Amino acid sequence: MLLFVNACATRTASPDSKEAVYIENKGSDTMVNLALAWAEAYQDSHAGVQISVTGGGSGTGIAALLNKTVDLANASRRIKNEEFETARSNGVEPIEFVVARDAIAVIVHPQNPVNALTLQQLSDIYSGKIKNWSELGGEDRPIVRLSRESNSGTHVYFLEVVLRLGQEGNKTLFSQDTLLLPSSEGIIHEVRQNPNAIGYDGLGYVPDDLKVLAIAEKNGTAFVRPSIETVNSGAYPIARDLYIYTAGQPEDAIKKYLDWIFSDEAQKIVADLGFVPVTAPNSP
Amino acid sequence: MQKDLSLSEFIVTRLIKACGYSAILFVALIFYFLLREGLPTLAEVDLGNLFSSRWYPVESYYGVLPLISGSLIVTLGAALVAIPFGLGTAIFIAEIAPRWAREILKPLVELLGGLPSVVLGFLGILVLSPNLRILLGLPTGLTALAGSLLLGAISIPTVVSVAEDALDSVPRSYRDAALALGATRWQTIWRVTLPAARSGVLTAVMLGVGRAIGETMTVMMVTGNAPVLATGLGSLFAPVRTMTATIAAEMGEVASGSVHYHALFFIGMVLFVISLIVNITASSVVFKQKKRAERVLS
Repeated sequence: MLLFVNACATRTASPDSKEAVYIENKGSDTMVNLALAWAEAYQDSHAGVQISVTGGGSGTGIAALLNKTVDLANASRRIKNEEFETARSNGVEPIEFVVARDAIAVIVHPQNPVNALTLQQLSDIYSGKIKNWSELGGEDRPIVRLSRESNSGTHVYFLEVVLRLGQEGNKTLFSQDTLLLPSSEGIIHEVRQNPNAIGYDGLGYVPDDLKVLAIAEKNGTAFVRPSIETVNSGAYPIARDLYIYTAGQPEDAIKKYLDWIFSDEAQKIVADLGFVPVTAPNSP
Repeated sequence: MQKDLSLSEFIVTRLIKACGYSAILFVALIFYFLLREGLPTLAEVDLGNLFSSRWYPVESYYGVLPLISGSLIVTLGAALVAIPFGLGTAIFIAEIAPRWAREILKPLVELLGGLPSVVLGFLGILVLSPNLRILLGLPTGLTALAGSLLLGAISIPTVVSVAEDALDSVPRSYRDAALALGATRWQTIWRVTLPAARSGVLTAVMLGVGRAIGETMTVMMVTGNAPVLATGLGSLFAPVRTMTATIAAEMGEVASGSVHYHALFFIGMVLFVISLIVNITASSVVFKQKKRAERVLS
């Protein structure tokens, strides 16, 4: 369940007032926990600043930014061209900040001899076309597919980028016997003790004792293991940037908050929540 | 003085009456709420989809059959565990165990009943399912069987507690008469005591089954939650997704008033109807039993 904090008071515009400052932050459900953790930590160290965080989805957040009802829009995708046009016509200039990255690691039992897969092979595994590890050069074992529950943002992202290979109109579905586990812990525990299992999880959640597979985007391209470096360089294919958009160049309290988001303290929260920290603030 | 007594008597009577009726009122309100939130599904989802074998709300597949079959097979397995073990334990405590053992056993079983189901689910993930996989050579231990065994364990205390009370209330003279006629101890238990306590024992079984079908946390943790249509007893060794686990897992994130939201309430309705059928069957059998007993006595 999302935490809805609705601040209905009007935002103070005065530049250097020590009074209460409201920052409205809305958007991506994937980022809602991260945004909440940031807001809580920031409010603890900055008295007088109140940050209200709402989910609803990337589209909702960007729409609210274009209608000038929020200060910061969280998005787990880039702003679309149409949205950008609407923004222009509303007199809003959206500025993009990559505040963290989200990478999904594919994990198997440490004794599984398979080390690397292509995205196509992963898609075939999860859609049920490949049923046995021997088809992938592994042992003669049935494949047990593990996934997060369908309401998790990670599940939907995995569906779009891996099962459907990012193709629009591709209607591939998870095989019906895919185990839908309610928590990351459930997946990790099952993979740890079951040599038949394959699972996926946010990179930051994967413990060291599991085997993380290297993934190749296409047949013939290099297999890449996920790490902070490969995710930040864009080499690892199952990763995405997480964005915050502001309306025009950020100023005053909002600028301070954004600067803080790129600080070590805030980026440590990113790592704690299983996302990949960004190394340097990218200039808008 | 007399007047005071009648006044308090009046108040207490009304109060008890109100409590009694409130139970009916609450059930009626719950059912009304379920109908109001669940029935729109029939209009929003076409019947072919609703009674198909794929449940994947992300892409608007709302087939409830895998969920119903999943709940039924897990409950059936739980009943197969809980009934023999529960009744066996109840018979042992009521009929065979010496008094001192009984004084220890009964509280212990009731303590087991107070075990939070999430703890059992945790044990299921850590201990039961890995061992099931290795022992039976299954692809994964997160199966209907794991759920059945744990739900059986959860239901046993209910079955034991109620069945033991029923056996205990069979008059001493019945047993004395049977033994005097030359029946062995086993014949007395099987032919006299158990039939005499039949309605109570049946209630025990039904309460146990009701406990199993409504249990959520444990099954969500150990059954794997894969919405595969269970077609036979073989499905006991495969992952299943139950109705309760589906509601629990998906209700938290669903947009209120959406098709998915209504579909989840529709599942709740189905669950309600199933437990209603279980209860009505149980009570009708109990009533029939009573009439027969009265006939025998008259």
